[in-house]
Amino acid sequence: MSDLNTSMIEKYRSSFLKEVEANVEEGEWVKMCMQCGVCSGSCPLGKHWDHPPQEIFMMIRANKREEVLGSDSMWMCTSCYNCIARCPRGLPITHIMHGLAVYSKRLGLTPKKQPTAEFSQIFWDNLMKKGRVNELKLGLSMNFKDGFGEGVKNAMANQKLGQNMMKAKRMNPMEAFGGHGVKSPGDLQKIIKKAQEIEESKIQAAK
Amino acid sequence: MAKIELSFYPGCSSQKGATSSNYLVSAQTMCEELDIQLNEIPDWNCCGASIGYGGGGELPRLTLSARNIALSEEHNKGQEIVATCAACWLSTREAKERLHEDEQMFKDANAALSEAGLKYEGEANVRHMVEVLVEDIGFDGIKEKVKKPLEGLKIAGYVGCQTNRPFGIAGESFENPMYLDNIVDAVGAESIPTYEKKVQCCGGALAFSEPEKSQEMIKGILEAAYDNGADMIVTPCPLCQANTEIYQDQINEKYGTKFKMPIVYYSTLMSVAFGRSAKDAALDGHVIPAKQLEEIANK
Ligand code: SF4
Ligand code: SF4
Ligand code: SF4
Ligand code: SF4
Repeated sequence: MSDLNTSMIEKYRSSFLKEVEANVEEGEWVKMCMQCGVCSGSCPLGKHWDHPPQEIFMMIRANKREEVLGSDSMWMCTSCYNCIARCPRGLPITHIMHGLAVYSKRLGLTPKKQPTAEFSQIFWDNLMKKGRVNELKLGLSMNFKDGFGEGVKNAMANQKLGQNMMKAKRMNPMEAFGGHGVKSPGDLQKIIKKAQEIEESKIQAAK
Repeated sequence: MAKIELSFYPGCSSQKGATSSNYLVSAQTMCEELDIQLNEIPDWNCCGASIGYGGGGELPRLTLSARNIALSEEHNKGQEIVATCAACWLSTREAKERLHEDEQMFKDANAALSEAGLKYEGEANVRHMVEVLVEDIGFDGIKEKVKKPLEGLKIAGYVGCQTNRPFGIAGESFENPMYLDNIVDAVGAESIPTYEKKVQCCGGALAFSEPEKSQEMIKGILEAAYDNGADMIVTPCPLCQANTEIYQDQINEKYGTKFKMPIVYYSTLMSVAFGRSAKDAALDGHVIPAKQLEEIANK
């Protein structure tokens, strides 16, 4: 178990709601939920979630910390914003789901091999290299994330798709060498590193 | 009408050789005809899209967009920022609102930006290209420019999620937006205002990480278009376009369907209707060719 997780458990022993309010993006909204269920009924991949949003809000108030943070439900949020558009109480549900997912990842509680958690990280690392996303490398790293054997299998399955895209000039094999980017990726990385440090120091201060 | 000048944020997916490069080409053609000048934000960076949250967290993600806004404020002073990608528009506008509401976040983002000598003020308006069309040009303004009405074509307007929610287009409903149908009518084709999947999610970035679950939804979007007698689907979003077009083979294989539905952009329709060539409309950039549009363009 991560140190951060241990200290958060100690600090907020009595209230998971308080922990969420203090540490999760837009977490201060959770208490406003009136349990109407509209969000859960609006969620496109909802049938695959063990705990749809409404239930997650109820579980937060019921101190079900391990069940919520260890769940992979919120990783199935597609950012469709249906819930936000419909919630009668105006909760920024999408952002709370993202916030819970990121918080669980920070504490080391995200289920192993959760595909969207992995993809999200791959995407971020890809964009941080040059400041712009390199779609070819993004596809390749996603295909090869589970090792070489799996990668070849995935690449074969998507081979036709790739050929189609190249024909339409919407995929460029040359992107594997270089590709698009900002003028000074170093400067951008400096900016983002600073932002990460500030965010990190806020979390540490909350310990 | 006077020329409209906008500070343009193209986004990664529209770069040369990327998934929606055909969107950029047709949008540029469309803007030429409508007398809109796009001034690209110099040295813009990726906004992190929606999916970047899991790698980036909150402040780093907001800072990415703040950098783009800062660059626009410095180099394209006084101009509104416009994006063609739904996710680019959303992240940029969301960042602006969050930094506006949260003073500490505003300070923190500026502290990060100062590492490279940039300063964020957050004054510029952030708009989607569709807003410019609906609000500044208007449906009648579009109609006036039509040289080759797209007669006889029945087109399903697939708005998707992020062009529509949470911000949407002023005066339109989240559940049943009509502007895309109105654009279809304006270029002389037949719209399907009761296309029931017009705001259905396609899975977005999860089409990569959860392909089966997403393809099940994409199947529904395509099926409904066929049921409504559509010749093609039109969309304002590069990811909606890619997701509904490029997986049709895989869906056919899995479900035994025979989908071959062309998926185009509003800018594709306008480029053709405004009398421009197939090349200017980037019709060569489709995996599933929009043959009927090619015929009209080549006439
Ligand atoms: S829609 Fe809003 S109020 Fe209703 S259950 Fe969901 S979060 Fe709670
Ligand atoms: S934004 Fe996320 S949580 Fe909200 S309805 Fe869409 S998928 Fe569900
Ligand atoms: S949303 Fe997509 S296209 Fe737009 S900048 Fe970000 S990654 Fe690039
Ligand atoms: S329909 Fe799909 S691609 Fe379009 S905005 Fe929704 S999730 Fe994103």
